[in-house]
Amino acid sequence: SKTSASLAGAMSSVFSRNKIDEELYEELEDILISADVGVDTTMEIVDRLRVEVKERKLKDPEELKPLLSEILVDMLKGEGDEAGMNQNPDGLTVILFVGVNGVGKTTTIGKLAHHYKEEGKKVMLAAGDTFRAGAIEQLEIWGDRVGVDVIRHQEGSDPAAVIYDGIQAARSRGADILLCDTAGRLQNKVNLMEELKKVHRVIGREVADAPHESLLVLDATTGQNALQQAKIFKEATNITGIVLTKMDGTAKGGIALAIRRELNVPVKWIGLGEKMDDLQPFNAEQFVHALFAKEVEKETGGA
Amino acid sequence: MAFEGLSERLQSALAKLKGKGKVSEADVKAAMREVRLALLEADVNYKVVKDFVSKVRERAVGQEVLKSLTPGQQVIKVVNEELTQLMGGAQSKLELTSKPSVIMMVGLQGAGKTTTTGKLGRYLKKQNRRPLLVAGDVYRPAAIRQLEVLGEQVELPVFSMGDQESPVTIAEKGVAEAKDQDYDTVLIDTAGRLHIDETMMEELKAIKEKVEPDETLLVVDAMTGQDAVNVAESFNRELGLTGVILTKLDGDTRGGAALSVRSVTDCPVKFSGMGEKVDALEPFHPERMASRILGMGDVLTLIEKA
Ligand SMILES: Nc1nc2c(ncn2[C@@H]2O[C@H](COP(=O)(O)OP(=O)(O)OP(=O)(O)O)[C@@H](O)[C@H]2O)c(=O)[nH]1
Ligand SMILES: Nc1nc2c(ncn2[C@@H]2O[C@H](COP(=O)(O)OP(=O)(O)OP(=O)(O)O)[C@@H](O)[C@H]2O)c(=O)[nH]1
Ligand SMILES: [Mg+2]
Ligand SMILES: [Mg+2]
Repeated sequence: SKTSASLAGAMSSVFSRNKIDEELYEELEDILISADVGVDTTMEIVDRLRVEVKERKLKDPEELKPLLSEILVDMLKGEGDEAGMNQNPDGLTVILFVGVNGVGKTTTIGKLAHHYKEEGKKVMLAAGDTFRAGAIEQLEIWGDRVGVDVIRHQEGSDPAAVIYDGIQAARSRGADILLCDTAGRLQNKVNLMEELKKVHRVIGREVADAPHESLLVLDATTGQNALQQAKIFKEATNITGIVLTKMDGTAKGGIALAIRRELNVPVKWIGLGEKMDDLQPFNAEQFVHALFAKEVEKETGGA
Repeated sequence: MAFEGLSERLQSALAKLKGKGKVSEADVKAAMREVRLALLEADVNYKVVKDFVSKVRERAVGQEVLKSLTPGQQVIKVVNEELTQLMGGAQSKLELTSKPSVIMMVGLQGAGKTTTTGKLGRYLKKQNRRPLLVAGDVYRPAAIRQLEVLGEQVELPVFSMGDQESPVTIAEKGVAEAKDQDYDTVLIDTAGRLHIDETMMEELKAIKEKVEPDETLLVVDAMTGQDAVNVAESFNRELGLTGVILTKLDGDTRGGAALSVRSVTDCPVKFSGMGEKVDALEPFHPERMASRILGMGDVLTLIEKA
């Protein structure tokens, strides 16, 4: 499209300018803002860049590209290997999925079930969204597709009770991994967040150290509100990681940088489509590369 | 959150500017810096922000300052007026003239199309129309079932042919059924799709050609960020939209996407989705949206009082 083409133009034009000046920094700010990185985080990134440019006495805009990548990757990585999934070494691993409406929770559960099944694990699903029309059937279809059992109650029943039953069933059938779906909810709905806390508590009571992962599913198309989502869901369910979905579109998911910076929650998976193998482990270098190169690649690749 | 400091920041930027006859360039510059940040933090696309800021700057400089206002407040008054204007000024209604009238719902995955189809059906039924809902999403697991459950909730029939027919056929047959059975309004739910998915966009074009809808409504999640312009631009170019429905406005997002979408498509936002339940649909109010995006209701009240 016109907009993305001109954005791509902007990206390459930044680094091919003939000197490092105020205009260049402003252009760079625009690019980061247009990727949903947010004003505050953008300012910090550009400030860090300015400092480094001074210290390293850089003159050539070409040299900025690797430097900027370095800063962004560093920001996304944090310490240690947090990108991996925490698992119960002896017994059932419980993974809880939370997030606002329509972001891709149920679909991601289908994909992750497929991933673990391929690894030879015995996987089960719990249909904790008892509210949305057709949500239980949607998860059951995913269960069929992937070939794993789904524990369900009737529409309208207590989600915590479904999850409780899911845990008992997973134990008695000797499952390795239980993936728990929940209904989408906006983070400003106090009683729905209380309901989610109850689900979280039930899991913790039934299995020691569970949930082993509490994953916030985030739509990459989301703007600055994602930061508020991460903050409130973290308070409610102590989220341990993020699944960034719909990265097959043109949105860049730059808000992940702001979330890492302000709340220190790492991205663990990337959703790249609607099929069961459209899920990839997060890779900071690739993400940063895509932040700057995606449009260009699409243009040349798609032409 | 950055959001909370905004009004304060604005107040302090404005406090410095007092008691002059005309709005000077310096006044405008100081106030517009804060406005620019407010719009960016509200997810208004950065290019739309640029255009908007320069337009307002032009209009504001040299204006007589109303007796009751400081120059800063005068600038904000202009900003708010321009923003409301950009958002469409008055409220926009559906234009349903054909018999039966056809409404097509389109948009990205998870935006709220199916839910809104149910809500809109209910809304139109209350206006004494006879709507038929058509299940045109054959891809998403249980999409048909979801629309059927919604149909039961709003007590409206759902036309479905299962998931083995093409959406084009389903839409066509759905409209024929409406003619046969004397339904006066047909609401077609379609599968979510990316604006860059050519095959899927072609499918929508084919449906549109066959059923010639009165309204082609883009359903947009109010939490959408900078990419809203790309999405809206593509859907509009491919389909020729007639309106937008903004969903999930019951959240705490500022909803700058409303402004981005409006300014790239020139299509009015016709409804707001205010919750998951079938009665949570409201006509869209441009002036309320303007102050929500600016995030400074209190500043505006201050101006209104003055
Ligand atoms: N293009 C694309 N679509 C996706 C991706 N992940 C999910 N979707 C689609 O997004 C839509 C919503 O996905 P769901 O899995 O139902 O989302 P959810 O969070 O469970 O939604 P609720 O339960 O209603 O809150 C569906 O149409 C999915 O097929 C992705 O990575 N890429
Ligand atoms: N809070 C809130 N939730 C909404 C609103 N509109 C829709 N939803 C929720 O958003 C999620 C997605 O809605 P759907 O109607 O399934 O969206 P869709 O566009 O049909 O999704 P696909 O068919 O997968 O592309 C569901 O959980 C809905 O309940 C709204 O106005 N407010
Ligand atoms: Mg779901
Ligand atoms: Mg749908």
